[in-house]
Amino acid sequence: MKLRLHELCGYRAGDKGDVSNVALFASDDETYDVIVREVTAARVKEHFGSMVRGEVVRYEARNVRALNFVMDAALGGGGPSSLRSDNLGKTLGGALVRMEIDVPDHLADRRRPRPDVTWTNEILDRLPHR
Amino acid sequence: MTIRIAGGQGFYGDTPRSVAGLLDEGVDYLCLEALAELTLAILQKDRQRDETRGFTKDLPFYLGAALPAIADGRTKVITNAGGMNPTAAARAAIDTARRLGVTGIKVATVVGDDLMTRLPAFRDAGATLSHLDTGASFDTFPADPVFAAAYLGARPIVDALAQGADVVITGRCADAALFLAPLVHEHGWAWDDWDRLASGMLVGHLLECSGQVAGGNFTGDGWWDLPHPWDLPYPIAEVDADGTAVITKPRSSGGRVSFDTVRHQLLYEVHDPTRYLGPDVVSDFTTAQFADLGDDRVRVTGTRGTPATDTYKALLAYHAGWSGEARVAFSWPDAYEKARITAAILAKRVEMAGHAVDEWCFEYWGVDALGGPTVPDREGADPPEVALRAAWRCADRNTAAAIPRELVPLTLSAAPAGLTGMGRGMGGSTSELLGIWPTLVDKTLVDPGVAVTVEEVV
Repeated sequence: MKLRLHELCGYRAGDKGDVSNVALFASDDETYDVIVREVTAARVKEHFGSMVRGEVVRYEARNVRALNFVMDAALGGGGPSSLRSDNLGKTLGGALVRMEIDVPDHLADRRRPRPDVTWTNEILDRLPHR
Repeated sequence: MTIRIAGGQGFYGDTPRSVAGLLDEGVDYLCLEALAELTLAILQKDRQRDETRGFTKDLPFYLGAALPAIADGRTKVITNAGGMNPTAAARAAIDTARRLGVTGIKVATVVGDDLMTRLPAFRDAGATLSHLDTGASFDTFPADPVFAAAYLGARPIVDALAQGADVVITGRCADAALFLAPLVHEHGWAWDDWDRLASGMLVGHLLECSGQVAGGNFTGDGWWDLPHPWDLPYPIAEVDADGTAVITKPRSSGGRVSFDTVRHQLLYEVHDPTRYLGPDVVSDFTTAQFADLGDDRVRVTGTRGTPATDTYKALLAYHAGWSGEARVAFSWPDAYEKARITAAILAKRVEMAGHAVDEWCFEYWGVDALGGPTVPDREGADPPEVALRAAWRCADRNTAAAIPRELVPLTLSAAPAGLTGMGRGMGGSTSELLGIWPTLVDKTLVDPGVAVTVEEVV
């Protein structure tokens, strides 16, 4: 079956110059092995298309069940000169986990829940509005 | 002996209200990390306008909150808030102490990270200064450098602590070195004890972005439901002499410290995790073992290190033109088409007006402004509303400032119906763009310029 990465993995993006790195975190060893197999550097490069003009290199950190993608020429020139709203690539983690991958059917049980938020109402509903 | 160090600031824009909660827990060192690549550019612009500036303006507020504890000998502060002008920052620190009636404490200043005046000598001595990422030769450097700063290591900070400093102010140094330094000083780690140095760097790396290790920017399970997230969590590390560390946070704060929150920070802005290059050691973050002890405590052990390289990373910047931007919005139906037509009309009118634009960036918020090509089926999108953000780069500031004049008249006289601004104003202020040029410089060239001065507040 196919799942989107966000259903299985956490993520975080960072920047150095025009280089963006996105780390992807699996919740267990089996899921980690699946993303090691499926989420290759070449697939990530293809996924980002024209947003990432340079090479994509993948590193593995099995101690924390993570993959780290280092993407060159990925930030429109780098923070202080990029015209992009997201000049630091803070949202590129979210863009990565939109990727759809093939997973064994039984991993469907490990899909992460969607946010279920109610506490915000206690704050937002008592504000003055017009 | 266990040393407690805290990450009270993660960037220029963080809140000094972190300090009280951390000091209530009792921390031996309060480390304040104020600099990102972008921050250096901001501070350089400040210094160009006024030679007495160029450090982060919130330093007096942080020190104001910490000074009573510093005066009592309960904590020491280490910060890179000096930015592009550590000497002026130290002056501000001393003034703050005097204003609050605190005397007898020692303020140390580390200088020598600023390479601007030394670049020609470095070139004469054979430094290539090639671009670290692209390999481009320094001969192709696009303009005169606007700033040049080396990422110094922990050694000058350790020197300052050895001289009895209560407050240490640096300019650019490796973020994690701010945290490594007190561990080397207190535990007496040798400069070739690579595993312990690597352990310290890993702790520093985890703490340098303040709440990001404790539930900030978190995407793990239950990220939406962390305890009272408005009480921002600033982290603490309890570090033993053997390098074993426990990452935790004040009980009074919100957020969470768990294996999942900690590993989120482990790879933040890291390239090869087996070779995390710092000025004092090369750390292998994949050797670290994490144990979630519960109760917002995560133990880290086993980090291995190898000898440091012969070079410091340095960051150079150059003027890269002027940008401007504007934002307008459209509703359904045909919101995306309306936005694209507006972008095209704007670009055409700018051409007709003879304004030279070196680069355009059109973003369609509500379609793919952030996700770009990763958004499925974006070409056929029919969103309920779309905001167009147009940004442009021009060689000349006045040209960048003139472009919104070609957009505003579209409100009445171009077909896309219902063009609305987004709140007050359409944007339109200009910004100077800076290109950045990371490079490597031999330590033997940089080190002779590094100096530590210690001044007692009287």
